[in-house]
Amino acid sequence: MKLHEHQGKELFRKAGVPVPLGRVAFDLDEAEAAAKALIAETGDETVVVKAQIHAGGRGKGGGVKVVRGAGAAREAATRILGMKLVTHQTGPEGKVVRRLLVEQGLRVAKELYAGIVVDRDRRRVVLMVSSEGGMEIEEVARKTPEKILSRAIDPAYGLRGFEARELAFGLGLGEPTAGKLARALGALYKVFAAEDCSLVEVNPFVVLESGDVVALDAKVTLDDNAAYRHKGHAALADPSEEDPAEAAARAAGFSYIRMHGDVGCMVNGAGLAMATMDILKHHGGEPANFLDVGGGASKDQVAQAFKVILSDPAVKAIFVNIFGGILKCDVLAEGVIAAVREAGLKVPLVVRLEGTNVDRGRKLLAESGLAIEVAKDMDEGAKKAVARAARPFDAAQGRGATEP
Amino acid sequence: MSILVNKQTRVVVQGITGGAGSFHARQMLEYGTQVVAGVTPGKGGTKFDDRVPIFDTVSRAVRETGADTACIFVPAPFCGDAIAEAAGAGVGLVVVITEGIPTLDMIAARRLLDEKGVRMVGPNCPGVLTPGECKVGIAPGYVHTPGRVGVVSRSGTLTYEAVWQLSALGIGQSTCLGIGGDPVAGIDFVDALGMFEADAGTDAVVLIGEIGGAAEERAAAFVREHVRKPVAAFIAGVTAPPGKRMGHAGAIISGSSGKAADKIEALRAAGVAVTANPAEIGVTLQAALRGKKGS
Repeated sequence: MKLHEHQGKELFRKAGVPVPLGRVAFDLDEAEAAAKALIAETGDETVVVKAQIHAGGRGKGGGVKVVRGAGAAREAATRILGMKLVTHQTGPEGKVVRRLLVEQGLRVAKELYAGIVVDRDRRRVVLMVSSEGGMEIEEVARKTPEKILSRAIDPAYGLRGFEARELAFGLGLGEPTAGKLARALGALYKVFAAEDCSLVEVNPFVVLESGDVVALDAKVTLDDNAAYRHKGHAALADPSEEDPAEAAARAAGFSYIRMHGDVGCMVNGAGLAMATMDILKHHGGEPANFLDVGGGASKDQVAQAFKVILSDPAVKAIFVNIFGGILKCDVLAEGVIAAVREAGLKVPLVVRLEGTNVDRGRKLLAESGLAIEVAKDMDEGAKKAVARAARPFDAAQGRGATEP
Repeated sequence: MSILVNKQTRVVVQGITGGAGSFHARQMLEYGTQVVAGVTPGKGGTKFDDRVPIFDTVSRAVRETGADTACIFVPAPFCGDAIAEAAGAGVGLVVVITEGIPTLDMIAARRLLDEKGVRMVGPNCPGVLTPGECKVGIAPGYVHTPGRVGVVSRSGTLTYEAVWQLSALGIGQSTCLGIGGDPVAGIDFVDALGMFEADAGTDAVVLIGEIGGAAEERAAAFVREHVRKPVAAFIAGVTAPPGKRMGHAGAIISGSSGKAADKIEALRAAGVAVTANPAEIGVTLQAALRGKKGS
């Protein structure tokens, strides 16, 4: 789960990572009041109004404004709140800004980078720092890899003091700034480990004219698998950042991601679900979704998953591709039949079943009296589904208007 | 011949009295696997299905039954602990079926396994199966046929699909191995390819990868340098959008890395026969076997 910048900074602040003074605002009055309070507290008229969306590149997209005075802050908020912010990470459709972070302005002397990630190849958490803050770190890695310093952290010890100091001094910083950065990196790792993060990134991590270090941004992703041991994490979710169908699917225990095509698919297993999207594309179609009903899905879950597919108005045909292992084919068939009986079938349905209890599953489908086309394998199923999606559907017949 | 498990393998099932553990312990027994012990704390001294002795701890189970392989069905919150217990109990191989284990738990568990020299398959995987001899995990046994092709995959059901295609073509398998879809795991493609290359009972290998990480790229580099046997591959996720986790915790394209196209290119450059159609994994391997490496 991704967090908003202001949520990440709150975790930072509690762990002892220095962050700017700031307040979150959901409307114009709150934004103005936040600016007034900050100006009163700091004696400095400069405030920064930042759009809060789950994507980077907000500054370039016009989502960050540096202004002087509470009135100007309100004006900036007027422009940013509700805008559709398009950045390189949002896709062309952009994201609507629903909340702001209003922060004190700071005098920045130098921009650094700090990131903590899981390195799959080394099977360790790795802390990276760079003197090239404010740039895309992927670009730094490509052009000047020598400017990124990294350290793999032994899980038995955590990040040790000398390791953080080696990185801080390695960036060419002198005292007392290097010591301050090393302590801040230690606190940053504490956030990563204590909150079960899968990513913590600060870009830029700035050195102020005063020599202090401050995390000017916060990009935090939490490990969903660890949510059970963090009671507070559920409250950090922002449903408006999520596709409602994707969120409903997760709550029901299966995995759904909306795509842009017109062939809905329901599959068991993530790998086979991806492969099913790939084979639809391979045969000239476009998948409408990724859907993994999971290994141990019940009849009800299958029915719910089927209804999620039907709720997408772009879907013109459905391809169910099941290789029953733990999930038995008859359970799958019962779920599909129940969903179709309840929600109705407005588009052609192609089913490919193989694996555990396949004969019972096929028999149930055949005897259901529903207009279900059975495919003998995944190739035939994909071809049929693509062909059906391309043709007008006659609901009365329960088939494509023109049969081959 | 085979890799990792065979007729002699003696399995202890951790979590044998749970829903998944009991169901699959039965399936493993039915397949002919030597399930010699089960572990459920508090149920030591009893028997599973009147035939498999249950112990409170893994070390006791290993001491009394000579188990050499642990198969873990313990729920995710307790799984890091269960792996550590197995690692210290004297087994040489740990197969972790459980999905949803926190990544930090797996990093700690993997460190301990490496320290003890214990190999792991998984987590979040179907396990390992040597047709006709031994099944450790949850793969449907009946799709497999004894033979001479090794299968290694990051996915579960897509592995069954590939094995089913091979069996339908009359191509049997030496060992089929699902290494799991998590970012931090045990045996990887390189380890598996090395074992299959060294196995006298394996003539060719099917490799099934997916988006996320760089395991397929490393596999390609390894094939180029060290693998003489033909390798056929499919990479799932050509259509997956960046930034979206496709079910598996490890299957996510982040930034410029983890894309299917890069993996396919790397594998092809190493002489691997890569198919773009998941329905043609079997025939691609068949063609690669005929044409030898580099078809």
